[in-house]
Amino acid sequence: MKIQILPALKLTLVTVLLCCIGYTLLILLVAQFSPNKAEGQTISVNGVIKGYALEGQSFTQDKYFNGRPSAAGYNAAGSSGSNKGPTNPDYLKDMQTRIDSFLVHNPSIKKEMIPSELVTSSGSGLDPDISPIAAQVQIARIATTRKLSEEKVKDLVIEKTQKPLWGLFGTEKINVLQLNIALDELK
Amino acid sequence: MNTEILGVVLMFVTTILIALPLGRYIGKVYSGHHTWLDRILHPIDRIIFKFIGVNPEKEMNWKAQLSALLIINLIWFLLSMLVLMTQGVLPLNPDNNPSMTADLAFNTSISFISNTNLQHYSGETGVSYLGQLTLMLFQFISAAAGMAICAVVFIAMKEKVTDKLGNFYALFVKSITRILLPMSIVIAILLLFAGTPMTFKGKDQFVSLQGDTVNVSRGPAAAMIAIKQIGTNGGGFFGVNSAHPFENPNYFTNIVETIAILLIPIAMIFALGFMIQKKRFAWMVFGIMLLGFLLFLIPSIYLEMKGNDSIRKMGITQNLGSMEGKEVRFGPAASAYWAISTTVTSNGSVNAMHDSLTPLTGMFAMLGMMVNAFFGGVGVGFLNFYIFIIIAVFISGLMVGRTPEFMGKKIEAKEMKIAAIIALLHPFLILVGTALSSYIFAHNPTFYAGWLNNPGNHGYSEMLYEYTSSSANNGSGFEGLGDNTPWWNISCGIIMLLARFLPIIGPVAIAGILAQKKYTPESAGTLKTDTGTFGVMILAVIFIIAALSFFPALTLGPIAEYFSQHS
Repeated sequence: MKIQILPALKLTLVTVLLCCIGYTLLILLVAQFSPNKAEGQTISVNGVIKGYALEGQSFTQDKYFNGRPSAAGYNAAGSSGSNKGPTNPDYLKDMQTRIDSFLVHNPSIKKEMIPSELVTSSGSGLDPDISPIAAQVQIARIATTRKLSEEKVKDLVIEKTQKPLWGLFGTEKINVLQLNIALDELK
Repeated sequence: MNTEILGVVLMFVTTILIALPLGRYIGKVYSGHHTWLDRILHPIDRIIFKFIGVNPEKEMNWKAQLSALLIINLIWFLLSMLVLMTQGVLPLNPDNNPSMTADLAFNTSISFISNTNLQHYSGETGVSYLGQLTLMLFQFISAAAGMAICAVVFIAMKEKVTDKLGNFYALFVKSITRILLPMSIVIAILLLFAGTPMTFKGKDQFVSLQGDTVNVSRGPAAAMIAIKQIGTNGGGFFGVNSAHPFENPNYFTNIVETIAILLIPIAMIFALGFMIQKKRFAWMVFGIMLLGFLLFLIPSIYLEMKGNDSIRKMGITQNLGSMEGKEVRFGPAASAYWAISTTVTSNGSVNAMHDSLTPLTGMFAMLGMMVNAFFGGVGVGFLNFYIFIIIAVFISGLMVGRTPEFMGKKIEAKEMKIAAIIALLHPFLILVGTALSSYIFAHNPTFYAGWLNNPGNHGYSEMLYEYTSSSANNGSGFEGLGDNTPWWNISCGIIMLLARFLPIIGPVAIAGILAQKKYTPESAGTLKTDTGTFGVMILAVIFIIAALSFFPALTLGPIAEYFSQHS
């Protein structure tokens, strides 16, 4: 047994060289050729960074399309889900409050039209997307607040809708940040 | 057909299509046949073995294999404790994250050397970049150790009489250089180009469209995410694991990462078929595991796409399904597929919060870990299945009045005793842990209020899930559990330790003892172990041991919660 200690020590050193240092440096090298050197892709408006392309941000104002509720408050340095169980009474009460608040802000929408993703918090607390239905139920509010025609806003939503992967796999979605930036540019 | 379902089908079919040739390749690697990477890697191997002073041709018996495994793991444990408890003052810490407390470092160290990756810290705030790279090292070497020891059992299953079962160090090094590293490099590069960060810069700051100041955590994530998926580790770079947009940017990366979960566990079965030259037997094992997997998967996808019944009563629409704790870019079907894949294998990464799964999906996730042998962790998954095979051989031998023989070797009392102890260890650890913590909680619920994030049956499920995950070396969690306390750190640490090494020692001992026994060629009187009938027998054994021993515990948790929703 004693004769196995030295090989084990040396082998551990070898794995540090291979897996910790060699592998990391190799991936780091390839990273220099990837978008924004793999430091995270940002989105800028007029040269000012407005956010990270992949990460959602908080939109609570009526003039913007709202994203999903976030247990982390869209803190991109502390991702978190709510971890609420499906039958938790306090959680269901919070859901009811969110539904009521949505109805107040969107008076033309009936309760049965609200998609659950707009009142449930995402897994990461940083979900950048909503489904097309979740955008559609907000069109009337946006149009009224911004004094735009509903048609125009609707066209923008359709334009920003991303099809499933290769048109076949997964969900349809809309990136809320991109949608809102485009909305700000809409005349 | 629904595009979400199509996505699941695509992921599954692609996994099998890659696993078949990969299994053959792994079989060749462990058998010492020539493979395409040899030209580059043979010279490197020679340098490594010269440096560590081991002759890779010198075969070891099962006792020497086990002591090699245990000694190297002890060294890893000490190394990990050292780094985690001092990372605050060590280099590569741009975000100034603190060193870990002793109990948290104990839990994290055992968690990563045991291939569990239960995380009682959050990646953004709990570890430095040096800490992350150290944990990544354990993701490679714990997986490689499991695969090497599984290869030892494969070699022992060959039909000959021997006590020479290969060389642990050689199998270990080959697992890293020929399997884990190349696959991780491919996956990490795919992630890089999808937007996953790989940088040593610290947090960034910007002002959002609405005017909020936001800090963004980054780091050398792509490298770690690749190996955490491939090596059934599951320990994510960021707190919410692969639900995080950096860790899993889009549906394509989700496909890649999901395939990576099941790939090696499935390929190992085909590697077995190749090595012992019994393809039919491998297909029988694959069939049983697949059946068990689908049994958990299909209802879970249905339930998550159907939505949460408590929310339905509120009168809103669940057009996507149950969305609490899930991401829009994956949707409920892909999230349920991940949830079951990650729990039947001992991976434990998540792309949705398991605490918020509908009650019965939560139960299927737990059942996946309770069985822990439908594909299972890299290497160790087959070892768990091996125990069930031995028990099934023995029971069916008794039933038909034939001598219980497996691969031409007689199974006797000694092997059966080991198998029975190992089979019962898993329920023992889970149920005792849950019972103790429930007792403590129930006697002072106000003092321990921080433990549970949900009341009633679901709160109990949080504790049951934590111990199930620890004992299955899985690492996922009902993360509402306030688990960074000495009680949870230490109790889960001890369970992970026992549940990692005893179920390795047991099967290796059995296989080693059997390999030394006299070989009796198959005759008309031999019980056939590569038939559907025998497969059903194994399934029955799994059902009796795993499912029934946990049924009372599950009744108090997810099953009661389900019925409370429908009363």
